[in-house]
Amino acid sequence: MKAENMVHDANQIALFFASYPHDEALDGVVKHFQMYWAPRMKAQIKAYVAQGGAGLHALALEAVKRLA
Amino acid sequence: MALMQEVDYGTPRSVAETLVSLEIDGKPVTVPAGTSVMRAAIEVGVQVPKLCATDSVEAFGSCRLCLVEIEGRRGTPASCTTMAEPGMKVRTSSPKLHKLRRGVMELYISDHPLDCLTCAANGNCELQDMAGVVGLREVRYGYEGQNHFKHNVTDTSNPYFQFEAAKCIVCSRCVRACEEVQGTFALTIDGRGFASKVSPGGMDFLDSECVSCGACVQACPTATLIEKSVVQIGQGEHSVVTTCAYCGVGCSFKAEMQGNEVVRMLPYKDGKANHGHSCVKGRFAWGYTTHKDRILKPMIRAKITDPWKEVTWDEAINHTASEFKRIQAQYGRDSIGGITSSRCTNEETYLVQKMIRAAFGNNNTDTCARVCHSPTGYGLKNTFGTSAGTQDFDSVEEADVIMVIGANPTDAHPVFASQMKRRLRAGARLIVVDPRQIDLVKSAHIQADYHLPLKPGTNVAVINSIAHTIVTEGLLNEAFVQERCDLKEFEQWRNFICDERNSPEAMEPFTGLPAADVRAAARLYAKGPNSAIYYGLGVTEHSQGSTMVIGMANLAMLTGNLGRNGVGVNPLRGQNNVQGACDMGSFPHEYPGYRHVSDDATRQLFEQAWGVELQQEPGLRISNMIDAAIDGSYRGIYIQGEDILQSDPNTKHMTAGLLAMECVVVQDLFLNETASYAHVFLPGSSFLEKDGTFTNAERRISRVRKAIPPVAGLEDWEITMKLSAAMGYPMDYKHPSEIMAEVARLTPGFAGVTYEKLDEMGSVQWPCNDKAPEGTPIMHIGGFVRGKGRFMITEFVPTDERTTGRFPLILTTGRILTQYNVGAQTARTENNVWHPEDILEIHAEDAENRGIKEGDLVSLVSRAGETSLRARISERMQPGVVYTTFHHGFTGANVVTTEFSDWATGCPEYKVTAVQVTPAKHISEWQKHYLETRKQTTQIEADASR
Repeated sequence: MKAENMVHDANQIALFFASYPHDEALDGVVKHFQMYWAPRMKAQIKAYVAQGGAGLHALALEAVKRLA
Repeated sequence: MALMQEVDYGTPRSVAETLVSLEIDGKPVTVPAGTSVMRAAIEVGVQVPKLCATDSVEAFGSCRLCLVEIEGRRGTPASCTTMAEPGMKVRTSSPKLHKLRRGVMELYISDHPLDCLTCAANGNCELQDMAGVVGLREVRYGYEGQNHFKHNVTDTSNPYFQFEAAKCIVCSRCVRACEEVQGTFALTIDGRGFASKVSPGGMDFLDSECVSCGACVQACPTATLIEKSVVQIGQGEHSVVTTCAYCGVGCSFKAEMQGNEVVRMLPYKDGKANHGHSCVKGRFAWGYTTHKDRILKPMIRAKITDPWKEVTWDEAINHTASEFKRIQAQYGRDSIGGITSSRCTNEETYLVQKMIRAAFGNNNTDTCARVCHSPTGYGLKNTFGTSAGTQDFDSVEEADVIMVIGANPTDAHPVFASQMKRRLRAGARLIVVDPRQIDLVKSAHIQADYHLPLKPGTNVAVINSIAHTIVTEGLLNEAFVQERCDLKEFEQWRNFICDERNSPEAMEPFTGLPAADVRAAARLYAKGPNSAIYYGLGVTEHSQGSTMVIGMANLAMLTGNLGRNGVGVNPLRGQNNVQGACDMGSFPHEYPGYRHVSDDATRQLFEQAWGVELQQEPGLRISNMIDAAIDGSYRGIYIQGEDILQSDPNTKHMTAGLLAMECVVVQDLFLNETASYAHVFLPGSSFLEKDGTFTNAERRISRVRKAIPPVAGLEDWEITMKLSAAMGYPMDYKHPSEIMAEVARLTPGFAGVTYEKLDEMGSVQWPCNDKAPEGTPIMHIGGFVRGKGRFMITEFVPTDERTTGRFPLILTTGRILTQYNVGAQTARTENNVWHPEDILEIHAEDAENRGIKEGDLVSLVSRAGETSLRARISERMQPGVVYTTFHHGFTGANVVTTEFSDWATGCPEYKVTAVQVTPAKHISEWQKHYLETRKQTTQIEADASR
């Protein structure tokens, strides 16, 4: 997946949960990645975050760091 | 099964709870109040002669054939218009009645051509039958009546039925069927006396408002309105009851057959989804099943530029397995996957996902629901606990307020639309939320109370502002919320929704809707008392599709519109088996019954049943598969009955993904657009050629019964089974009923589903198990499946697909009545007479600004691509919004749509694409390329050698 599309998708997820209190929102984003993203996509976004995660919504960035 | 003749009770069934007892010809009978004497008589086996009465329409009392005598009453009243009363004693046969009826028949026959032996209705003519029943032996008025219309030409303009006025007895059954059953009001009786005849508004049928639903043909007691197929072939000799393979209404049909040839498809009165009604697609557009384009032999080729080579089934299957194994050996276990079809049966989709998980060894399974109703599954599961609609179709008959959002039922779900329109004519109020003025907004005897023509992409803003109005004006159902919903979640949501940013006034700049209209619609919905939401892809196919589904669920909970008849949140599913394909575990993250692959107990259950170890991580969605193909990590795909190249967004991207793969396998009836990029083609079977089940939008599981043998030799489930065996994972089912038995064993909601039960009950709605052995028409009665209903915050996030100076218009896409999705079926029927090409609907203002006139070829450009099509100036559109369909491959509507999608499910945002429209002199470059490559990529070796 193109990095810009991946960032866009991740940010859209974050925007849905962003209206919730922080911990709840973070939990929502983490669970969403876990439940719906295939391993290779999770690996890709983790690698992207490892390189700085430019453009990612703060909530998405934090959630990716929580992924095992 | 012999030819099935359903009982015609003459007048509709009464649903009154009060019963009345009477006596007919000395036989006691008890019927609901409001039942006609004619119907009561049939209940005790007495058929009163009739012509103008039929049980699909209200009694008319014009033919005077159904006269009876009633003790203590003068005269001979018509039994169709006389209601049963307590203690009534009715006599249906007497010398006086015989004489009267014969007199009536003499008059009819004196005005009717007597070409019975060569008439197409011979063997199935009620007029002929009645002549026999009344003992007609002579016609004192002669046989050359003035009303034979000898000089009238039979109207054959409609491709499927003809109208021969000479045979009309002016019973008005067709006129009443058009009004009462279909709700179109296209027919009338023209003229007076002998000159009276049925007329579709003074023109021929093709040019009239007739929608070809077939209700008039079905109602006609003579050969006046009759199917051309019956005229050509003759009457059927046996029937097979089966389920339509078009939209998510799931109509039951009787396929009337001569040997292995379909004579006609008649809607089945006992069908609980359609109650004997049909639309032009299910009733008439089945000719594709025998179309010359059908591929009858498996084919393979090394490169897509090679001509196809016909091979045996074994060669094709072994070649596919060998390729898939090679790819997995080279690129890894996760480098292949597949797509199940919402046009195939439950059993077939179950088998494909099983093969992918067990034989391919990964979770790379997805289905076309991804691109239509996947947000429905997400939204309703998270709020209510079940990934499905809450009601049955009949529920609409008790709705007081109907809110239609992003759906066009008269085009896309016409049979249910007729039922909805009946309720609207009976007084239900109507709110339509749609950017276009769909037919439902204003049609015969129907006028929406509120049409909210929102700007595309602002659904969530509208639903939030409706909810805001209801909460802040104190119109919510506090008792329901307190009793049925999670209060912590509710309070959190209430704080959010009450914020001024969600008010209709604050949202007006986004939605374009006057705040006063939104508030008025909100009050109407809240007032109910029974308010029901019906929605379609205009809700789901957005970047906030799932958010909007959640928003509607919030609204229904807020007002207590759940858990009884007349209310609910009702998705109108696009394809015949979208619900079923989802139920059967087609998605990459869940097993049958919507259980996540990471759930240990569920996974172990399937591992034990299937005898393999299963992956616990979700697999790839369709769009992810294409991305991964372009990345190089996904190299092979098995596609059952789905044309992803034409139906999925951003055609160029899709093409690049298919081109990147080393083995694309398409299993379909025809060489569809995707097959142009395939290496293996496996000829599938149509719905007439297989056994199985479909599950419609109301969770109704209905039998699909084989009417003819599969023309290419195998049913689709048999093909999957062969491939699975070749992949090293043999399955051993002798019949689809055994597959359903396995589904029932492994899926709690299907535990009580058996073919025997389906044969006995006709159909059943899941959940069907020990708790609900006869199924569940209405969900969430007394409590939600998830326990407490969950309000979720639905912040409006405008789509990133914005209009610009370069792309100043918004394109939204959809379906039309006479065509169906990618046109694989309907575009190979006479339905093309109504819609031979996709058209761009554009508002007059936008057209004028661009110098575009009706019928002009125009260029449609977005940041994703360009195509061309003809323009239609339409007042249905609002300025700034254009609309087209995606039924024809050459148009390539999805060349223009983009990769933006629903945040939760990846459902594409088909409904919002920023575009520019300009006059065009030529077809687009993409279309030129399409014409060149399509010819090359669909060549079959035998053709090439000619």
